[in-house]
Amino acid sequence: MAAGPMRIRAASNGTETEVKILMSHDMETGQRKDASGNLIPAHHITEITATHNGRVVLAGQFGPAVAKNPYLQFKFKGGAKGDKVSVSWVDNKGEKRTDEVVVS
Amino acid sequence: MNMQRREALKSTGAMGLFGVLVAAGLITPELAHAAWDKAAFEAKSMEDVLKALGAGKPADSKDVQLSGPDIAENGAVVPVGVKSALPGTEFVAILVEKNPNMLAASFTLPEGTAADVSTRIKMGQTSNVYALVKAGGSYYMTVKEIKVTLGGCGG
Repeated sequence: MAAGPMRIRAASNGTETEVKILMSHDMETGQRKDASGNLIPAHHITEITATHNGRVVLAGQFGPAVAKNPYLQFKFKGGAKGDKVSVSWVDNKGEKRTDEVVVS
Repeated sequence: MNMQRREALKSTGAMGLFGVLVAAGLITPELAHAAWDKAAFEAKSMEDVLKALGAGKPADSKDVQLSGPDIAENGAVVPVGVKSALPGTEFVAILVEKNPNMLAASFTLPEGTAADVSTRIKMGQTSNVYALVKAGGSYYMTVKEIKVTLGGCGG
């Protein structure tokens, strides 16, 4: 399955910005078998980076044990309405995706 | 003489060396901005994960909080959150003791980012879940048992 767009929400309360991300990814563990008993190869996000106005605010590494369609929530200081928060991920097959959202 | 074969051998040899250097941390693959910590994610025991992360022996701390359900009905989606009240928390990791590979996810928090991260993980069975935190150069840990009624790792 090709990865769909992420759903990102970034909300500022004046001092802090709360970011909620819902990625669209299979996060196949490599432990499961298909109907004929063959192992389904692992396919999962390995790295995720969130930036605010070009500055990294969170760098994460995922193993296959992160749930399908990974959800992530964090907060950082600063961030005003209208700023941009950008999130990118890379998976173990080299697929990438970047999405951007405006802080509300 | 099959020159192609010779070339192929040469290039695989070179690749092998590159791989060794990458593993030794001498070269970082240019593809990845912060190379995925393969050793830590493939480690199967607590000691190996801690060793791969360079965490030594983390101290138990009440300032690290791991939130999550006491009983997770569906092991495929278990919401967990890590909060740290320790000043200067710069690294957070979530470990599941009884998963095939213990380390589920890790986060590096630059200055200004709150030590309060939530995500969702998979759990194969009832297990202790650990939150590992690095603050001020030392590692701290807290544990919570999450019971799983339906496993999330295939089967």
